[in-house]
Amino acid sequence: MTTGLGYPKWALAPMALALALLALPLLGLLLRADWARLPALLMSERALAALRLSLGTCLIATVIVLILGIPTALVLARSRGRWATAARTLVTVPMVLPPVVAGLALLTTLGRRGLLGRHLSALGVEIGFTTTAVIIAQVFVALPFLVVSLEGALRSSGQDYERAASYLGASPTRTLLTVTLPMAAPALASGTALSFARALGEFGATLTFAGSLQGVTRTLPLEIYLLRESDSDLALALAVVLLAVAGLVVWLATHFRAWGSHA
Amino acid sequence: MPEPLTLDVTVAARGVRIALDAAPGEIVALVGPNGAGKSTAIQLVAGALRPDEGSVTIGGAGVADARVFVPANRRRIGYLEQRALLFPHLSVLDNVAYGPRARGVPRAEALARAASELDAVGLAGFGSRRPHSLSGGQAQRVAIARALAFDPDVVLLDEPFAALDAATTPGLRRLLRDRLQGLTTLLVTHDPLDVLVLADRVVALEAGQVAATGRVDEVFQRPPSAFLADFVGLNLLRGTLDPGGAVRLEDGPLVAGMSESPLALGPARAVFPPDAVSLFRTPPHGSPRNELPAIVAAVEDRGLVQRVSLLVAGQRIHADVTSAALSELVLAEGDVVVAVVKATQVTLYPAAADDRRAAGEDRPVVGPFKTE
Repeated sequence: MTTGLGYPKWALAPMALALALLALPLLGLLLRADWARLPALLMSERALAALRLSLGTCLIATVIVLILGIPTALVLARSRGRWATAARTLVTVPMVLPPVVAGLALLTTLGRRGLLGRHLSALGVEIGFTTTAVIIAQVFVALPFLVVSLEGALRSSGQDYERAASYLGASPTRTLLTVTLPMAAPALASGTALSFARALGEFGATLTFAGSLQGVTRTLPLEIYLLRESDSDLALALAVVLLAVAGLVVWLATHFRAWGSHA
Repeated sequence: MPEPLTLDVTVAARGVRIALDAAPGEIVALVGPNGAGKSTAIQLVAGALRPDEGSVTIGGAGVADARVFVPANRRRIGYLEQRALLFPHLSVLDNVAYGPRARGVPRAEALARAASELDAVGLAGFGSRRPHSLSGGQAQRVAIARALAFDPDVVLLDEPFAALDAATTPGLRRLLRDRLQGLTTLLVTHDPLDVLVLADRVVALEAGQVAATGRVDEVFQRPPSAFLADFVGLNLLRGTLDPGGAVRLEDGPLVAGMSESPLALGPARAVFPPDAVSLFRTPPHGSPRNELPAIVAAVEDRGLVQRVSLLVAGQRIHADVTSAALSELVLAEGDVVVAVVKATQVTLYPAAADDRRAAGEDRPVVGPFKTE
């Protein structure tokens, strides 16, 4: 069936509207930004503090996401049955949960008076409103992106190569490190990029659970929110940085996925 | 090291109850209809499946029984299946070195071994290539090198040529014949030529049990079951290759034919299909034909054709002739006839490995053509 477009012609109109809705605000942001003063704005103390904090916490959060997420994705991809379905559903909850709710949930559990936080507090460990809280909030919202992306890839690639490795004498751990993960590298890379991006953009859970203390918990999105009225030029400059990172991540993710389909 | 292999197991869920063994260095072909238990047997030896009852032993040591289960990666199994399953992210050399590396051989030593294995399968110089740049036949050669690079105790071949095109298969078959010398091997196949070229012994499985077993030549001449008779579908005559390039049978008649690879003097086999045989009361004297004196042993009505069983130099062959031709000949059991076979329809093969050993020949001559 090569005749026809495969869609009714009127579908182009909503599509054009959708693209305009997505593109115009980004264009508006880029046009309003003060490009001449951009370097100077980004070198200001407030900007540097936010940039440093965001970069540091996101990198740590991404490493934690990889450490927790890779084994989780592997077990889920290889498991069937009720508990696996339940675990799979649980893992995707943060993707649909409003971040504020996530932050509230973290606060009521790990905060000073929280379910676990109370006991941690008694031991002298405070989590709420610290940099640690920022990282926990980021891991909470970013973990699903890695797990979902990697699990899908592991499930569809099957286990033939892993079986071949075991006949060649590789232990399960060796098989994971030398066959499973290298072969899932494209999905792993794009999942990592998406997780990093999600962590970088995290706002609601961070604000609720970690607060907004400059240099300690005030990450880039929080700083942009605070500056939007008082110093909109700096807010826009920081927004440009986030937009650039987002663009890079999307490019990397699609690039890695294309690489995977050619392998 | 080639080790003896025994299998005496029950797998209830698959209705399988198999007892078979292989002597050190023996190549046993497992044949049978789909679902007969061939793959189950292979999986039991490989460690992909645990038997409900009974035991699997390799080299006299139990690898699977009621108390013990040695996982696949701690057995020494060279496993080759239809698909080469080369790791796409590793070079050809690293693929072949994977087994030795996984078994703790230092990297330099493993790479040297891998290089010599690649050389042995005719792919020296392919080490730096990526698997996706190889043809199907080349990939399977690399898979052979990879499966043998850690000196397996047992080799498992699960329809190793099934996914290859017909032109590639003979070369690979010759290669395996060379490389499997002295390695205990189970070969699952649907192709009688695989059995003929590679195996010492045939085990036929039907409905999860061993239905028949025999030396290859015996199975070809007197298939012990209806399945094997259909499976074989070829005549086989044993004799000795004479300097003229034909196989001389015990009582003197010569069988000329063609061979896929140079043959060594000594025990050899001539193989041809039953419909290549025509029968005459008196020699028709047309060259280039083989004229073999034969005694009629039986006549069986097979519908479209009549299958005549014959004894040639004491060995049984079959001729498929039309009913019209048969009624002209008026054959009866014990009649002496002349079986005529065109030389172009006869393929000559080296003798079975045990015959070669009996003849004091250690290694078959393998031709100069190792690559396709």
